[in-house]
Amino acid sequence: MIHARQLARTFQVKGERVEAVRGIDLDVEPGELVAFLGPNGAGKSTSLRMLTTLLPPTSGTALVAGHDVTHEGARVRQRIGYIGQGSGSGEYMLPRDELMTQCRAYGLSRTEAVRRTGELMAMLDLESLATRPAGTLSGGQRRRLDIALGMVHRPALLFLDEPSTGLDPQNRAHLWEHILRLRRESGTTLFLTTHYLDEADAMAERVIIVDRGAIVADDTAENLKAQLAGDLITLTLADTDHAGTAAAIASRMPSVSEATVDGTTVRVRATWGVAVLPEYLRALDTSAAPALTAEVRTPTLDDVFLALTGRRLRDGDAPEE
Amino acid sequence: MNLVSHTGIVFVREMRPGLRNPLGLVFQMAEPLVFLVLFGPLLAVMPSVGDGSTWQWFVPGIVVMLSLFGASGAGYLMLTEASAGTLERLLATPLRRTAILAGRTGKEVATLLVQALLIVLATLPVGFDPHPLGALVGLLLLAVFGVGLGSLSISLALAMRDQPSTFYGIQQGLLFPLLLLSGVLLPMDFAPDWLHTASRFNPLTYLVEAERALFAGDLAHPSVLWAALTAVAVAVVGLAVGARTMRRASC
Ligand SMILES: Nc1ncnc2c1ncn2[C@@H]1O[C@H](COP(=O)(O)OP(=O)(O)O)[C@@H](O)[C@H]1O
Ligand SMILES: [Mg+2]
Repeated sequence: MIHARQLARTFQVKGERVEAVRGIDLDVEPGELVAFLGPNGAGKSTSLRMLTTLLPPTSGTALVAGHDVTHEGARVRQRIGYIGQGSGSGEYMLPRDELMTQCRAYGLSRTEAVRRTGELMAMLDLESLATRPAGTLSGGQRRRLDIALGMVHRPALLFLDEPSTGLDPQNRAHLWEHILRLRRESGTTLFLTTHYLDEADAMAERVIIVDRGAIVADDTAENLKAQLAGDLITLTLADTDHAGTAAAIASRMPSVSEATVDGTTVRVRATWGVAVLPEYLRALDTSAAPALTAEVRTPTLDDVFLALTGRRLRDGDAPEE
Repeated sequence: MNLVSHTGIVFVREMRPGLRNPLGLVFQMAEPLVFLVLFGPLLAVMPSVGDGSTWQWFVPGIVVMLSLFGASGAGYLMLTEASAGTLERLLATPLRRTAILAGRTGKEVATLLVQALLIVLATLPVGFDPHPLGALVGLLLLAVFGVGLGSLSISLALAMRDQPSTFYGIQQGLLFPLLLLSGVLLPMDFAPDWLHTASRFNPLTYLVEAERALFAGDLAHPSVLWAALTAVAVAVVGLAVGARTMRRASC
């Protein structure tokens, strides 16, 4: 569905070069659900714009839905759907009118357009809003309209740029119901960007982490967490001596990657922590440094991002260089 | 699908809000209306500005002013839609790039013609007496000019979409000098030499003179030919620049 090689884009901003995307390689097969995860400014939107023909790459190539984005833009556009980061509907336009226009733009006949518009308005709970100017809709309502606009032609590949940003948890959940239903019913390949960790974790089957215009990891969320971060075991002990002993014992265990002491607390990184913990506790008992409390926390994608970049994703924007 | 049907799709999209709320059409013509209502009567009591009634002289100019304000402002909406993300949505569809421009320009011209007709109709009772065929040719001329100026405005907006204030600056910066130099408000015959000379370099001057001749029924007036050449030139340049800018807005 998507095959990109060394895709790059630089911008010239007041005489300075901004390397928004630095040569990414990407292969997405039909039917996949891929999340592009990264902080603000990581280059997510720029990548999406190149893949959807909206922005010519500075260098590199991309085949999307079988066609070259730079030389066969029209063919690519015919085969994909794009839901951008902003709002797709015009301020003064009525949702129904915008859906009709969109249907016609994708080549549906007038009768087909009327039918499809009705269908989508029902599916995305837009019927009661059909004749209110889009500018008067709430954020969630307007986003639903965007989703409807992106789906009029049942594309085999749909790009979504931060579809849920700015929505409250309930609206986010609703939006995802719609997105997942589309996928179930039409087998659409979905490529979306997000800076919500929990969203990428819960929804995507494949997570691509981007930072400063480059791909730093690409795998299932489970694999990323298991391989790059590992579980975190946190113990408290009676005193600092015991804590020192406990850390020393942990660092001799094969599946432990890291053990740190902080006062009477010991933090241990280990693959498959739930299996390590009982063994570890037994070892502590025999060494007369018993644990008072013990906890295993499975890692989040934030831990993965921290392990990869040394920064936390939730801190917000990517640092300027 | 071809360019014509795509242009139709965009044209219909652009026209719908106006058709649903026709009163908006009147609000959009605020500036020309203000001049017509608050300046026109003043002109009427001044020493004569030509043969016949003041309105005969003033209304054709106001109609040109209308097209100048309307068409040069076409980019505003483009700018709004570009910064909101709406333009991107349209660019991501298979719509022909030039159709996105042509449909918008078409709407500007349609709006302009309806507004011009409204002004003509509104001034009939106070003594404006347009020549029917001349008026028709006059409106056609305005439409051609509107196509060019509208396209130029939309292209400028598209080129400046990352810096909207530059668009406003250029549009406003050109609008009033061009308007005042064209002799819409007061006859240039009384102007000092340098000002009169400057006005001869303003393409709009010929358009204003031609509209006055046409509405009076003088279809063979020399200014008509000049105005037609000017309008066609503006249209050709506008469409060429517009088509190029649109094609460069995506791959
Ligand atoms: N049109 C543009 N002109 C100049 N710089 C841009 C433009 N678009 C994006 N950038 C820059 O490229 C970088 C990546 O931006 P973007 O792709 O929007 O990131 P993300 O979507 O991940 O938040 C940022 O530094 C941004 O300022
Ligand atoms: Mg973005």
